[in-house]
Amino acid sequence: MPKIKIKDLAKIKENTLSSITLRQGGPYRVKVNVHMGTCGIAAGARTIMNAFLSIIESKNIKDVLMTTSGCAGLCSKEPMITVETEGAAPVKYGELTPEKADRIFREHILQGSIVKDFVIAVGHERLA
Amino acid sequence: MKPYRMELMLCAGTGCVSCGAFKIRETLEKELELKGLKDEIRVVQTGCNGFCEKGPLVLVTPDQIFYCSLKPENIPLLVEEHFLKGRPVKRFMFTPPKEKEPIPIMSDIPFYKQQMLIVLKNRGIIDPEKIDDYIARDGYIALAKVLTSMTPEEVIKEIKASGLRGRGGGGFPTGVKWESCKKAGIERNEDRYVVCNADEGDPGAYMDRSIIESDPHSVIEGMIIGAYAIGCSQGLVYIRKEYPIAVDRLATAIAQAREYGLLGKNILESNLSFDIEIHRGAGAFVCGESTALMASLEGKAGIPRAKYIHTVEYGLWNKPTCLNNVETWANVPIIINRGAQWFTSIGTGDVSTNPWGGSKGTKVFSLTGKVNNTGLVEVPMGISLREIVFNIGGGIRRNKEFKAVQTGGPSGGFLPEKHLDLQIDFDTLTEVGSMMGSGGMIVTDENTCMVDMAKYFIDFLQNESCGKCIPCREGLRSMYDILDRITKGEGKDEDTDTLRDLSDVMIKSSLCALGGSAPNPVLSSLNYFPEEYDKHIHDKQCSAGVCTALFEMYINPKLCTGCMVCLRKCPVGAITGEKKVAHSIDRTKCTKCGVCYDLCKFDAIIKQ
Repeated sequence: MPKIKIKDLAKIKENTLSSITLRQGGPYRVKVNVHMGTCGIAAGARTIMNAFLSIIESKNIKDVLMTTSGCAGLCSKEPMITVETEGAAPVKYGELTPEKADRIFREHILQGSIVKDFVIAVGHERLA
Repeated sequence: MKPYRMELMLCAGTGCVSCGAFKIRETLEKELELKGLKDEIRVVQTGCNGFCEKGPLVLVTPDQIFYCSLKPENIPLLVEEHFLKGRPVKRFMFTPPKEKEPIPIMSDIPFYKQQMLIVLKNRGIIDPEKIDDYIARDGYIALAKVLTSMTPEEVIKEIKASGLRGRGGGGFPTGVKWESCKKAGIERNEDRYVVCNADEGDPGAYMDRSIIESDPHSVIEGMIIGAYAIGCSQGLVYIRKEYPIAVDRLATAIAQAREYGLLGKNILESNLSFDIEIHRGAGAFVCGESTALMASLEGKAGIPRAKYIHTVEYGLWNKPTCLNNVETWANVPIIINRGAQWFTSIGTGDVSTNPWGGSKGTKVFSLTGKVNNTGLVEVPMGISLREIVFNIGGGIRRNKEFKAVQTGGPSGGFLPEKHLDLQIDFDTLTEVGSMMGSGGMIVTDENTCMVDMAKYFIDFLQNESCGKCIPCREGLRSMYDILDRITKGEGKDEDTDTLRDLSDVMIKSSLCALGGSAPNPVLSSLNYFPEEYDKHIHDKQCSAGVCTALFEMYINPKLCTGCMVCLRKCPVGAITGEKKVAHSIDRTKCTKCGVCYDLCKFDAIIKQ
């Protein structure tokens, strides 16, 4: 390790930040939640999650947080994901394949335009 | 770098390590591999998370699900259910005493909810052995700030304005100390030293250990900033040898800082050159006292000297020396980053004109004893004792009655129920016969005998007294002898007066704070619990059932169900009886160890 200069501190921070985003709960621009209940896993949620993880790795994306959760309740439409963008309603996509995942990543996650073809719902369920 | 979808933050502080954290890590990694999850989920080892009572602990991110009291045999189920199938497992979560439903999210747990983290802001978030993790949390930014945009005088001014006072217990304003040290060095044209006091010796106190274990770079950064302000090139950390994990992590952190050029010559290309050396203490309590510590650093016996020669003028090797406690140093970077004004918004009093005028910022306490949630807590100055004991600490174990809280380590005093609403800061507790001290807090309940507790602390201090001055050396021994007699039922009428006289002499004439504050446990127990001394001396009774010479043990036949539990567990076979028939204790065999008393679920064992 070479001796660092003041400006290197910011670089180290930038490079390391993505590895502690999960712990801090941020900062991130978009959160992708793969629903991995038994139904999701059976329908191939793991393949979808790995597809996202690989895209993030290959493109060296730093502001997308990947996480998983249990069943989203619409088991017939699995595998499903929810894409949450700061300040926008969450979007649920269903019946995904790695190809669809790739398109969602390019169009929605990177460019911000919802891929209407695969959308199941926009917004939250009502909470009691 | 491949992202992970989940991180398992495993607490690897001393408490959790001793209850099996490394075994948990091994099992977790094995199971994750077995289930094919090791590329998606990783285990991260952190410093002390604070909730030591419930170790080993794992925090699951990003959802902040908190698991506690884990055993290796729980791990396969946990990995399969939660990490594979996404169903958090309720039975491994924390359930507050007296409640049925567990609390899944860490920040919802009362123990964490009411804390305010400044010094411990990185605990459980960074890997203490990775300098990059610290930098990602704005580490060394304060150092960069002082090197590029502040003069040493401005740094001292900022620390003075923040009202930061010595967290080791003395409460001396840090900025004033730095200024005096710098001044002495300039006047005599001498080299100066900065020293970090990590010789934390109070029984039940482990604030400094946890800070170093969870965030060692914050202490190092604080020391570098101090060195810049004071103008010195050599720093030392005096740390207990009994803290092996903390020593290792600190050594790793210093080595990493050196590699990055954050220690050594021309730090971050500036004119500042500074390095830190670790010195391990050999386990003498008195070496936590500044002058004894410096004597020990010089290779001499750890004996304090008279205080009229200040260490900021003539300290280590007779050079101006600035000694601050671990927690004090760890406060420095964040004050520089966020400013004195922000820091003064937290805490009590007003420090704008008088640095002794208030207590600012937070204080870390180690909460131990008879509370439900023992652990490490950081709270804003000014919080009440009651909030710490009952809200954060979750009240007294097994629904017993609160008796007293002992603050400030062996030299602090006991505070009873009526003082629980006092605010905690440097000055308030001193007025009622105790002190905030370095942050040890021991809670006692109805089963604690105050005479016995006072005896315990006096015994500790008697062993740790260096013996240089007579009031401390002989005073403590005499006090111990008297207290020992009282607990054996041989107390005399004049004993309490003698204890008070001895206390008076010791306070007035001891050389250092060890002797000067040593009578606190005796005086505070005499003042707040005189009836206990009275009962011991005159009625030959110990109502808490601790002093074995002063009670007998019985079984109440009306309450005993004949469950055989005590009978089986009695180590000397003193209990006889049959199933479903009330048992009895053979008092010729009974050693009054209290095992039956603790085990009985029906309160049938009586100490009288």
